[in-house]
Parts: sequence; structure tokens; C-alpha cells
Amino acid sequence: MKALIGLICGLVFGVGLAMSGMTDTAKVLGFLDVTGQWIPDLAFVMGGAVLVTLIAFRFVLRMKKPLLNPRFSLPGTSVITGRLLAGAAIFGIGWGVYGYCPGPAISALTYLDDKTFMFVAAMLVGMAISNKLAPG
Amino acid sequence: MFAYTTPLIGGLLIGASAVALLYFLGRIAGIAGIVWGAVSAQPDNAWRWLFIAGLLAGPLAYHFLAGVPNPAPSPLPWWQAVAGGLLVGIGVRLGSGCTSGHGVCGIGRLSPRSLVATLTFMATGIITVYVIRHVLGEYLP
Repeated sequence: MKALIGLICGLVFGVGLAMSGMTDTAKVLGFLDVTGQWIPDLAFVMGGAVLVTLIAFRFVLRMKKPLLNPRFSLPGTSVITGRLLAGAAIFGIGWGVYGYCPGPAISALTYLDDKTFMFVAAMLVGMAISNKLAPG
Repeated sequence: MFAYTTPLIGGLLIGASAVALLYFLGRIAGIAGIVWGAVSAQPDNAWRWLFIAGLLAGPLAYHFLAGVPNPAPSPLPWWQAVAGGLLVGIGVRLGSGCTSGHGVCGIGRLSPRSLVATLTFMATGIITVYVIRHVLGEYLP
């Protein structure tokens, strides 16, 4: 049952990414290019997604536990650290260099462009490097 | 159709997926976290691999059923894909989250960490594109 939920959620998420234009690097880079030929479309993706989570998370997190697991698995810390800022800054630079963040990169593998495979392979290497040098 | 309709519906679907994952499994739909959990062989992992399978099947189904062609391949050179991927991978582990984990889920549960992280990566993403396109772009062929 849990696996089925994973599959369905992934499927809906993947349709959302493809439909919204997030799997198109030209649109993502156009969205980030605010001083050039700005393409504002993708603001509606984040806007729509956050609208749903802002409202529905209130109700979900009022439950004692999720439906199929003994507890919610939420990040424990709320401290803003240098590590968080440095990581987010590096992440944003990588996003701007090619136009993919992790979800869209995985979904875009289905378009079978060899550079997307290189991006995802490099991303996994980057994750491993980060984990090795700065675990936690 | 209004130009922002598909981005908005896509965003609503992403939000709905995140809500369902939290409601049923109590898990945050942060793709980088799910992928890392899957490849680093965390316990109770089947849902993660199937989520990734769905992430692949979703776009296939969408482009086929809606008759929307795949986006054009990026014109950027391969080394830019490698550099971008490497930085995204390093940053996402260090910063504990990506666009979905911090941006969609973290802000959804009003986490100050996620709000700060999202504003930070939006800012550096914008600066990076500005530098590549409008500063370096002047000197590149």
C-alpha cells in the first residue's frame, strides 16, 4: 500500500512537472532571466503548488499521525545556519547554470537527451561528495 | 487557452502530490531527499523507488496523452550540464533541500529555514543567469 502511494504521488508530481514547463530548461532559464526576456510562467507553478500546501498542510499536520505510518517524518531543526545558506546558494547557482533542479532533471530523463543523463549523474556525484565532506 | 493555465494546473498537481504524500506516509515530497534516500538504501525504501518510477512515467504519459511534444533539448554544452548537476547535488545536500523540499513543502508548513533557503536559491539562480547571459554572454561567441 505504501509503495502504491509512492507510485501515484510520483506519477502526479511527474505529470505536474511536465505540464507546468519545469522540464524545459529554456523556460526555467527564461524565468530566472528577470533582466532579459523574462518568462514569468513558472511563477504560477510555485504559486499553485504553495497555495495547495499552505492550505492543506494545516489540516494534515493536525492529525496525530499519517494514515499509513506511525509518525510524521519532518525536519527537526528550525535554526538558520551558514550551512543552510551556503548550500542553498550553491544549489541556486547550479540551477542557473543549466536550468534543472532535481525533480525536473529526473523527469526529463524520459526525453532521452544524453546531457540530461550527465546532469543527473553529476548531481548524484555532487550529493555523495557533499555527504562525504560535510555529513549531517 | 490562457498562457498561465498549464503552469498553474501543473503547480496544483505538484501541491496535491505533496499533500497526499504527507497525509498517507507522513513524508515530505522533497525530490532530492527521496532520490538520496533511494540510492543510499534507507530502510522502508520501496515507496521511494516507486515515487521515482512515477516521476519518470508521469511525463511520458502526459506528453503522449495530451499530445504535447517534448521540450527541445538544451542548446547548452555538455560541460555546463555536468557543472550544473554537480553544483545542484553539492548544494542540495548541504542546504538540506531543493525546490520541492524547501520551496513547495517547507514554505507550505511555514518553516523559516525553508523560506530563507528558497529566497537564497532564487536569488543566486537569478544572479547566475544574469552573469552567464548578460555579463559573460557579451564575450562569448
